[in-house]
Amino acid sequence: MTATATRPAPPRRPHARPRRISRQTREMWLLMLPALVPVLLFSVGPLLYGIGLAFTDARNTRNHETSFTGLENLFDLLSAEDFWSSFRIGMIWAVSVTVLQFLAALGLALLLNENLRFRGVARVLAVVPWAMPPVVIGLMWKLVYHPDAGILNGLLGTHVNWLADFSLALPAIIVVGVWTGMPQTTVVLLAGLQGIPRELYEAGEVDGASRWRRFWNITLPQLRPVIVAITSLDFVWNINQFGLVYVLTQGGPGGQTRLPMLFAYEEAFRYRFAGYASMLGLAMAIVVLAVLGLYLWRQLRETR
Amino acid sequence: MRRFPQYVALAAYVVFLAFPLLWLLSTALKTPQEMALADPTWIPREPTLANFADAFGEQDLVGAAVRSLGVALAASLITVVISLPAAYAMARYRGLVNKIAIGWVLVSQVFPFILIIIPLFMILRDLDLVNTLPGLVVVHVTFTLPFALWMLQGYVRAVPPELEEAAAVDGATRLRSIASVVAPLLAPGVVATLLFAFISSWNEFMFALVILQNPDVMTLPLTLVRFTGPEGVARLGPLAAASLMATIPSLIFFAIIQRRLKSGLMAGAVKG
Repeated sequence: MTATATRPAPPRRPHARPRRISRQTREMWLLMLPALVPVLLFSVGPLLYGIGLAFTDARNTRNHETSFTGLENLFDLLSAEDFWSSFRIGMIWAVSVTVLQFLAALGLALLLNENLRFRGVARVLAVVPWAMPPVVIGLMWKLVYHPDAGILNGLLGTHVNWLADFSLALPAIIVVGVWTGMPQTTVVLLAGLQGIPRELYEAGEVDGASRWRRFWNITLPQLRPVIVAITSLDFVWNINQFGLVYVLTQGGPGGQTRLPMLFAYEEAFRYRFAGYASMLGLAMAIVVLAVLGLYLWRQLRETR
Repeated sequence: MRRFPQYVALAAYVVFLAFPLLWLLSTALKTPQEMALADPTWIPREPTLANFADAFGEQDLVGAAVRSLGVALAASLITVVISLPAAYAMARYRGLVNKIAIGWVLVSQVFPFILIIIPLFMILRDLDLVNTLPGLVVVHVTFTLPFALWMLQGYVRAVPPELEEAAAVDGATRLRSIASVVAPLLAPGVVATLLFAFISSWNEFMFALVILQNPDVMTLPLTLVRFTGPEGVARLGPLAAASLMATIPSLIFFAIIQRRLKSGLMAGAVKG
């Protein structure tokens, strides 16, 4: 058992190894350089600068004297009712879109995995939202929800102004969020489904397990890593959503759909409070990391 | 019909996925008179292409499309050219840099872009690049870079290193072996990454909204939003027509990679 472990290491040439590594390292850095420079200048740099801004009273105007204010922005944020309402809306939005999108995509992926007729048509259709510019998706749904010329009111025989209604606007944009995000989730889940060994199902059938039991005891556990990965990514994307909702409602009516990123955008580029908006971004990043960490940790523990 | 419920479910999905699209198409083909009817009609009674022509009259669509094309071409080419060597390094050399690179790709997905865009806007303003297309190209390159890196390093990983080692044994220099052995095998991956970066830039809205405030330099997504007018009053026909036209490049892109997507899924099916 220990024979292989105790076998003496092959003799090393004393000088060859370090020299080769350093040459390789040099080569590697050289190859990384063209990407590294713009990344540091326009991505990592601004990110660090942005984090720094969060602790200042910076204004988004030319020649403004900026001074360090510590956690003042954070206290302002935490005592602002606007922030809490936006935070609440963002969480409702991100959680419901992620969950509904996952459930819808799982259903669709299960169907597309079956040997059904017209599967090809459904497959092509299922990726179409992916192929559309988000702005077009927003405008398209604006047409669907249009109070006078929209098809939704036409079908229901109502005259509701969906996107301007205080209680309906958020559910209305959640539907659009689900429609938009479904294809990617479906494709990922479908790939996961097709990776499950068929023998497991055959064994299940031999044991007389019902369809439902096979789904519950084979499909779901086998799919688990894929589910964890895609739902956490979807949550991150959804909480950081901006363009789609900006086009649909601009955060209205009365802030009922003002997601955190729309709030931050307004603070930074309409009211010019760069420091305050950066703190908002930083706070959201921390919340997202915390939620995600908790979720991933729980999933990991349950798997073990 | 044991499968009846499944077909019902599939039909429900098809309706949910297709009905906004059909409505967009229907709206684009309608006359203003028909649009004003109290009961919306699914199929236009007198289909017209006038909205497509009107769309060009209402906004500078051609200019916007040309600008979007220029920005997307420049951004995607620059992205791929600079990320290709880095992706090669990420795939071939293990170690700290590789871990940091992967970590950064992940972080770039999690951090809200507002945190980057505020300082970036300030930097671009100091460089006098706000309201310019090169400014937007810079931003788009940084925004497509993480995913491009990720895609490309995956493609490099799929090329067996033994091929390069064999070339090295035959006396080829590293550069030579990359050029004549790795590059040809990498070509489809590079094309896919290029297309991905192009479409990301073509569709991108938020950065463009921040960087470009002057209508004369606006890209296509910004110009489309201008169709809704300042108070949300819009001529719906031209809006729908312009939206459809703006989708064409993305549709072409998906038509191209559809086969790749399908074959990927099929490979999964064969394995399963």
